[in-house]
Amino acid sequence: MGIGRREFLKKSGKLILLTSAAALAWDALKAGTPEAAPNYKLHDHWWAFVIDIEKCIGCGNCVRACKTENDVPLEPYYFRTWVERYHVPGGDIEHPEVDSPNGGYDGFPPRYKPGDGSKNFFVPKLCNHCAHSPCTQVCPVGATFDSPDGVVLVDKTYCIGCRYCVQACPYGCRFIDPRTMTVDKCSLCYHRITKGLTTACCETCPTGARMLGDLKNPKDPIHEFLRTHKVQVLKPQMATGAKAYYSGLDGSVR
Amino acid sequence: MQKFLKDREHLVRMAGLFLAGLALFLIVRALFVPKGFGEYGHFRTGALADNAARPMAYAGRDACESCHPDVVEERKGSRHATVNCEACHGALAKHAEDPSRTKPVRPDGQKVCLVCHGQDVAKPTTFKQVNPKEHMGSGACNTCHKPHHPEIG
Repeated sequence: MGIGRREFLKKSGKLILLTSAAALAWDALKAGTPEAAPNYKLHDHWWAFVIDIEKCIGCGNCVRACKTENDVPLEPYYFRTWVERYHVPGGDIEHPEVDSPNGGYDGFPPRYKPGDGSKNFFVPKLCNHCAHSPCTQVCPVGATFDSPDGVVLVDKTYCIGCRYCVQACPYGCRFIDPRTMTVDKCSLCYHRITKGLTTACCETCPTGARMLGDLKNPKDPIHEFLRTHKVQVLKPQMATGAKAYYSGLDGSVR
Repeated sequence: MQKFLKDREHLVRMAGLFLAGLALFLIVRALFVPKGFGEYGHFRTGALADNAARPMAYAGRDACESCHPDVVEERKGSRHATVNCEACHGALAKHAEDPSRTKPVRPDGQKVCLVCHGQDVAKPTTFKQVNPKEHMGSGACNTCHKPHHPEIG
């Protein structure tokens, strides 16, 4: 070997320094522009949703607004959000009757008579924006993902339309868009919330039954609501980390 | 040891082949993996911007109120004061962008009310509901109730 110990240490030291510097530079190069919308700090938000069942009147404003805002196909089986009517006869929460004519798009024609000893209420449904979402876990190509601000989104240019996520969602919140054959779902009006507006469904809800909230913003009224109401998420046993909190949720709701 | 040195050439060739394969893999990977993939997780960072780029249909209450302070005044103290404008008037982002080009259509004086106030047992009992036939026959709601301030008297 024609190399002394001192020389060897010098050279290997230089090599280590240069490699780590190159790695850092490469990371910076790869990063591109991290913040999508100007003025919107991705890591300052953690979005959640609150639904107050006791306030929902089943008007269907949210369903119509969502379809308009997000260009959802009008056929009665494509929904990003929909409303269900529950009819629980005799307090039997194991066997509720549920109907959702056109997802509530045209409202609900009266169906049940008052005074028949049943319990009746409306339940709006939408993507629960789970913190540990099953749909994200099964996507084979990274087309559906949890954004750093707590929204489950779809990369339409990446989706191969394999439908794994449609089956994986325990809440039935996904569908294949027949025009693009890629998956579609509630994006929590990402194009609105990143600009400081609320979602289209919250904007048009006349009773305030739906509320968007930012859990990372200490001034958001969602904290007050979650403190003062008894809330529950759908299917808590599935440990999805759902962030759509229901107040006044009945045991019959699945 | 003697044999190892003799067969060294094979090992060098194999190593060369391996390196060439690795280089090819890295080149192909760089070509096919889009920019920003994996930065925040197993997805393309640009997808966030794509989702945020969709055009809006609903302008939002603030946009309405900035041009219509008279209606804000009219609705003050009414039970309808908390209802956002576009809940009844529909999506009006286009109107907010250019008020001269897109005019909002005046909502039907009966249909729009019954969307919310039609009777149904599933509605909360505290919410005002009417059976239109019993309550007013065939008349329009806005002959008695002003939609922006529906309380009478």
